[in-house]
This record gives sequence, structure tokens and C-alpha cells, in this order.
Amino acid sequence: MIWRALGYRLAQALVVALLVGVLSFLMMQALPGDMAFRIAAGRYGYDMVDAAAAAAVRAELGLDRPAWQGFLIWLGDLARLDLGVSVISGRPVWAEIRHQLGASLHLAGVAVILSALIGPPLGIWAGLRAGGWLDRGLLVVSAALRAVPQFLMGLILIVLVSIQLGWLPAAGHGQARHVALPALTLALGMAAVSARVARDAMAEVAARPFYAFGRWKGLTEGQMLRRHGLRNIGVAMVTFLSLQFVMLVEGVVVVESIFGWPGIGHALVHAIFGRDVPMVQGTALLLGLGFVVLNALTDLLARLIDPRGISA
Amino acid sequence: MSLSDATLAPAAARGPTRAQGAGAAILLAVAAFAWGTPLLVPTDPLDQSLLDGLAGPDAAAPFGYDHLGRSLMARLAAALRLSLVIAAAAVISAGLLGVALGVLAAWRGGWTDRVLALLSDSVLALPGLLMVLIVSAIIPDTALAFWVGLTLVLWIEYFRLTRAATARLLAAPGVQASRLLGFGALYVFRRHLWPELAPMLLTVAAFGAATAIMLIAALGFVSVGIRPPRPELGQMMVELLPYYREAPLALVQPVIAIFLTILALNLLAQGRRA
Repeated sequence: MIWRALGYRLAQALVVALLVGVLSFLMMQALPGDMAFRIAAGRYGYDMVDAAAAAAVRAELGLDRPAWQGFLIWLGDLARLDLGVSVISGRPVWAEIRHQLGASLHLAGVAVILSALIGPPLGIWAGLRAGGWLDRGLLVVSAALRAVPQFLMGLILIVLVSIQLGWLPAAGHGQARHVALPALTLALGMAAVSARVARDAMAEVAARPFYAFGRWKGLTEGQMLRRHGLRNIGVAMVTFLSLQFVMLVEGVVVVESIFGWPGIGHALVHAIFGRDVPMVQGTALLLGLGFVVLNALTDLLARLIDPRGISA
Repeated sequence: MSLSDATLAPAAARGPTRAQGAGAAILLAVAAFAWGTPLLVPTDPLDQSLLDGLAGPDAAAPFGYDHLGRSLMARLAAALRLSLVIAAAAVISAGLLGVALGVLAAWRGGWTDRVLALLSDSVLALPGLLMVLIVSAIIPDTALAFWVGLTLVLWIEYFRLTRAATARLLAAPGVQASRLLGFGALYVFRRHLWPELAPMLLTVAAFGAATAIMLIAALGFVSVGIRPPRPELGQMMVELLPYYREAPLALVQPVIAIFLTILALNLLAQGRRA
């Protein structure tokens, strides 16, 4: 049962790698203009490009061989876990990504913790008193928050907190206060959704007969929540966490660009700008595989929380 | 973003709720503004008059001017038309693709089903923004690229829903009776599948359109989307951000436009739950 689920995830990882390969291959094919010129521009700046620089780049990267050869070579490299070399910085893609991944994971980690502190507790509270003022208020707030795209949330926070109030810096990296605003931007969007999920799951559990029985036999609210509530909404929350990861990754791409956070999303936008295909490939591959690994972990965790075995 | 939300919305439909009515009304108002403006106040959204930069409203530009002296009302309407058209086109094509593949997977079962499910799970693993970004690097026309990229992102939700619902419905006695009586696949789809699928698909479509509009604006905001001078909501916000002190109202306009549009679509989608 569990091995079958993991086998499926393995197949999924392979298809993800193939998809990324095909997409980047198409991207390479369709590049408008002379690839060598663009890369030379990315390396030396637009004012410094001439035919000699472009020719040097072309010879160095083997851009004159047919694209399908490039595709096969990439697949071969990938099988040896070699992601190639960034055509702009000239450094190995793996080294670049490892550096950026640290920054992104830092940001994402803080955001997940923040959103876990905001969303589910509010949702559980609202779910225990379904229909009350908190419940209705939360519905309105979360509906409003969900209608604010993440880049807009970032913009609002920059204008309010950083420019008007001057409490926190709008951009930068390296100090604890730099992570606050981008993380909060991500966290608010996620909390808006996770609060709703927690609320619905909690309201459903609280309406079940065993919950009424627990109250009737004299357990306090706190005991009920610990013994019967949290574990029962656990599976819904954990399954939902992996969905949130997609939102997180999408958010990271935008939020990092806005706040100038030197992470993987920021790098991805730049790589696509500069047509740095190996970097795009490497980054996309990492994001896709990260999602697959997370899904596999979700499968396992859901089984741990509720060993009764819900078919995946 | 809301791609994932759709899976959480249950189906039982019993006529439109108040929230859905409100959503439909807001959406109609936004569309009426987007398409009505050029009829009422015909101004070219690209016309510059630098003397009017950041000036307040007048008869030619009831919402005021941006930093290059272009009518904000005309630009806002044009940007909304662009977003709404791309979103609608992507939702429709994704819906056709997703429903067709979903029915196919559930109907044929076996390898067809397994391969399609694996493919959809794998596409799901790649963030939607990434897909749209890569496709927009491949296809030179950005509007077309958005349409293709968004279709590739949005079809999955339809596929998963259709596949699950169809597998359940095909096992029901009604369908088996129809098939025993010799009715064809098209009849079974129209008579048995479509009535069950349609209300669910509306939810997915509304969430999908909201996702599309957010992605278009997000890419405009990081300056990789629609190229200027063609007006786009996210790009308008970036352009107007430096002037937020002098002309806060100018910056607020695209913000309100996108908030209302997405709120309307969310209300339309989840209304029947509340």
C-alpha cells in the first residue's frame, strides 16, 4: 500500500523531469533573436555586446549544434545529476541554486510558521462556534484577503508599514527584520485559506455525536479539543498543507521579486528574462521535484496521524 | 492562489445563493465598465499629453491622468478587457480539454486512465506561474502566450473533477441501463454526465478565471507580462507606484479594479457553500 504510493510518486518525479526538459527544449528553440547575442548581453551588459563577444559565447556554449542534440545532452547530464552551467554567470547551476534555495527556504519557513500561527487557530476557534460573530467576521476577512493577489498584498504592506510608518525595511537581506514583510505577505494569503479549511473541518467534527458525548460526560473544551478535535482535523490539515506549498512557491516567485529577496523565485524571473535556459531548467526541476517529495511526505504523514488508512 | 481551492468546494447545487448573486452583479458591473467606457468616453488609452501628467479628473478623463498624461479611465477599461478576455478564453479552452480528457480517462480506464492521471499530477507539481512564465518565453505574442500557458495550468482541475465524477456516475444504474439500451457515448454524456458536471464546472471556472487574472497581473507587476504601452492592471500599478504620494487615487484605481474582479469571481465560485 505505502510502497505503491511511493512508486507512484517516483513515476511522477520522472514525468516532472521530462516535462521540464521538453518545455525548456521548446523554450530554447523559440528564443527570439540570436541566442548568443542575448547571452552575451546578459553577461557583459547591453552596451558591451559586439559580434566578437557573441561569437565567443556561441563557440563556448556550442550553440551552433542542433537543438535536439542539446536536449539529449541535457537529459544525459541530468541522469548524472549534473544540471549544467548557467550561461550568464558561468557558474554551475547547482551551486547557484543551492545558494538561492537557502534564502527561499528561510523565507518560506518563516512564512509557514507565521501562517500556522495565524490561520488554523482562528479557524478552529471559529469552527467551535460555527455561526457566531467570529465565524462570520472571519468569513468576510478571509474572502477579502483572498481577493488580494500576493503582489498587491506586498505592495500594500510596503506602502503602509515601510514607507508610511517606517517600521520595517522594504527590501534587503541579511538581517531578521528584512524577512518580516515578505514572510508576512506570504503568510496572510495562506492563512486566509487555511483558516477556512480548519474552520470547516472543526465545525464538522464538533457537530459529530462523539463530540457531544464527550461534552456530556464532562470533558472540558480544552480536553475535547486535544483528545478528539485536533487529531480528527489533522488529516484534512496535513493534506491541505501540500496544496499550500504550491501557493507558497507561486507566491515566492512574485514576493521575492518585489522585495528583492535573493531566492529561487527572484532567480527564476531573471533567468527567464536573460534566457538562461540551464538555470530555468534547474530551477523548474527543483521546484517540481520539491512538490513531489512534499506530496510523498504528506502521504506518509497522513497515514501516521490517522492509521485507519484512507485511500490516497 | 485559488487553483487548489476548487477541490475543496462541494457540489450540491440548489439555485444561486446570495453570495453568488452578489458576485455575478459585481462581475457584470466590471464588464459593463470595461466595454462601456470606450462607447461613452472614447479616448485612446495610449494618447499622451505630458502637460496633464497626474492631473485630476476632467471631462475627457473622468478618472484623471497617469504620469504620462494618459486617461486612466480608458487605460483601466482597456486593461480590464484584456484580462477578462484572456481569462475567459483560457477558462473555456481549459474546460474543454479537461472535461474531454477526464471523461476519456474514466470511460476507458486502465492505462489511459493511469497515464493521464500521472500526467496531470506531474503538471500540477510545476507551479502555475512557472508554466505561464516559460510559455511566455516561448511564444512571442504575450496575450497568446498567456492563453496557452493558462490553459496548460487550468485544465488539471477540470480533469480531476470530471474524472472522479464520471467514474462514479458510469457505475450508476441509470448509465448502465442507457448503455444496455444501445444509446451511444454522446447520449450518455449529454443525458447522464453533463447535468451532474455542469454546476461543479461553474465553480472551477470561476476559480480558474480568478487565478488567471491574478497570474496575468502578477507577471505584469514583475514586468514580464504584457509589454507596455498596452495597458495591463499589474503593470499600471508598477508604473503608478512611484507617484503614490502625489496621486494616490491613480494608484488605487487598478488596485480596486483587480480586487473587485477577483472578489466577484470568488463569490460566484464558493457561494453555494456559505
